[in-house]
Amino acid sequence: MAETGFLPKEKLPALLDALSKKFQVFAPVLEGDVVLFKRFASGVELCLTRPANLPPKGIIFPQSETLFNVNFKKDPEDLKKTSVELKENLDFAPTIIFGSRPCDAQGFRIYDRVYLETDIADPYYKGRREKTTIVTLTCNTPSPGCFCTSVGRGPAESDGSDLMMTELDKGYFFEPITEKGKEILKEGGFEDGSAYKEQAQKAHEKVSALVKKPFATLEGTPEKLLSLFDNNQFWEGETAKCISCGACTYLCPTCYCFNITDEQVGNTGERIRSWDACMFSHFTLEASSHNPRQNKHQRLKNRVGHKFSYYPKKYKGVIACCGCGRCIRYCPVSVDISEIVAHAQGA
Amino acid sequence: MTVEKLKEAVRKILPEVDVVIGYRQGFDPLHATPFFMTKPEQVDQLIWNPLCVQNLCSYLPFLKGKVGVIVKGCDSRAIVQYMQEKLIARENVKVIGVPCLRVISVKKVMAAINQQSVQEVTFEGENILVKTPEGQKTIPLADVAPRKCATCQLATPLQYDLLAGDAIQSNRPQDTFEETKEFEKLPLKERRAYWEKEFDRCIRCYACRNVCPMCICQDKCIAESRDPHWTSQRANVTEKSMFHMIHGLHLAGRCISCEECERVCPMDIPVAKIKKKISMDLKELFNYEAGMNPDDTPPLYTFKIEEATIKEHEL
Repeated sequence: MAETGFLPKEKLPALLDALSKKFQVFAPVLEGDVVLFKRFASGVELCLTRPANLPPKGIIFPQSETLFNVNFKKDPEDLKKTSVELKENLDFAPTIIFGSRPCDAQGFRIYDRVYLETDIADPYYKGRREKTTIVTLTCNTPSPGCFCTSVGRGPAESDGSDLMMTELDKGYFFEPITEKGKEILKEGGFEDGSAYKEQAQKAHEKVSALVKKPFATLEGTPEKLLSLFDNNQFWEGETAKCISCGACTYLCPTCYCFNITDEQVGNTGERIRSWDACMFSHFTLEASSHNPRQNKHQRLKNRVGHKFSYYPKKYKGVIACCGCGRCIRYCPVSVDISEIVAHAQGA
Repeated sequence: MTVEKLKEAVRKILPEVDVVIGYRQGFDPLHATPFFMTKPEQVDQLIWNPLCVQNLCSYLPFLKGKVGVIVKGCDSRAIVQYMQEKLIARENVKVIGVPCLRVISVKKVMAAINQQSVQEVTFEGENILVKTPEGQKTIPLADVAPRKCATCQLATPLQYDLLAGDAIQSNRPQDTFEETKEFEKLPLKERRAYWEKEFDRCIRCYACRNVCPMCICQDKCIAESRDPHWTSQRANVTEKSMFHMIHGLHLAGRCISCEECERVCPMDIPVAKIKKKISMDLKELFNYEAGMNPDDTPPLYTFKIEEATIKEHEL
């Protein structure tokens, strides 16, 4: 088998059809003016011209998932006795995320350190992550607000992906990164890609040069942000316009915080895990009713700090922001995290 | 009105207040961003053009001290509504009114330019000129204005302490709720299917709620309270619809039709349609429009034995 592959554009639907027989395939499609990852079905037209509004994070880390079902059972012989039955579902289907962007795929690497590479791996995340193959489309143009090259990434970065694809004039060049990626290349329809490798590399370099550079380096930034922790004046100024909604967090491919809720009706119920956002006041609301982050500047400070200071401090300098630009692009009031970081560097 | 006149107004107000809220250029040439000015030298960065879309009044109920704010006609209804509901002390707010005939919808511009990165934006007459890697495109402002501008009645704000520029009149037709009426003619099943498809995209980020000038509960919103537990954390369309219905109904007689909720939705859900339907009903039932007169009482804040415009069943 060739090391790389090439697929003429007209053969893409057939590839997805074939993959759909073995995997549940999620791919970006257009709904109105919004690009969303949806379950692929034959005949569905893909939208590969720009990153999805919502990254594919929910396919591995769902917006809301049932951790287990609860069933309280009364003993018919002695009604005072109740037993509890718990049922969890850890059976996940083989999945492909097709057409993720490099920033989206790297988001999962941010999650991996938290959910997998620890003493106790999260079984739900682990189950889905292991069963998922990520096929990533390199970017051929920057999107409004994106800045991946400034956070140590790039429009063709392969970390977190299983198979990389690059759009060329007549088709897609495929380069496997992992064994899972190589499996996909065994499907029919691929030609030998070696003749296209150079062309793809040139395309990658061209786009890299076009990406916005809000700051030259992040060296010393984690420490600088920590030193600004108690500078309320700085944070109040930077966050005055923030409306403290969760758009930035929920659209972020690297935000992984969650909430746990027990939903019960009668004798049955479920424990739910759902996305949570440090932009919300109740995120840190304690049972005593004390809230250590009562003000919005404390909350946005946490979002910036977590990505550019606390996470890199904990995980060998890795910045927990892939520069996808969604939080900037879709912010109701155009809060720009890269600008806040640049201001912090100069403060 | 020129931006110089506006800067002059801000410089005049700034010494009397703690902060003046205006606009400056955002992350790209197509985005303006709210700008909190506390020092005179910051005023140089102030901008004024049809990109200045955000309703800056939304910040007022949460700010202490004296605040200056730049207010368009449509936004000024928020000031009036706040006065009715005693949510601001009017004497602590210095309103810098700006005459405005039209803003733009960034989403509509982005759709018109194929969602490309924007390199340059200029305004010429009634057109917006947008430069992208694909080239320059000239778009008539009227084609990319938000829905609300088509029926604008308030080219000059209802409330202001200082008007930057001359008062102007809008000659646009009044809103007759045609779109809402047409939608209502559809069978219930179709309307339901429409909303289920739209709400399915909701990620419950609450941008629509937090940007809303009249959503003043925010941190105490019943959409998130655990006790009582009105809505669950399940991500299904029932829960999502429930939240949007709560949002809409809590705005009955209070929604000032700024359509900020719809502008900010990252999933492009036409949530202002719900509020529009409620505003239409309020107009029909109580002949009432929110945020027009500071002395009014919102109809759902009061009780009359006989409502002039509601025909009761014969008893």
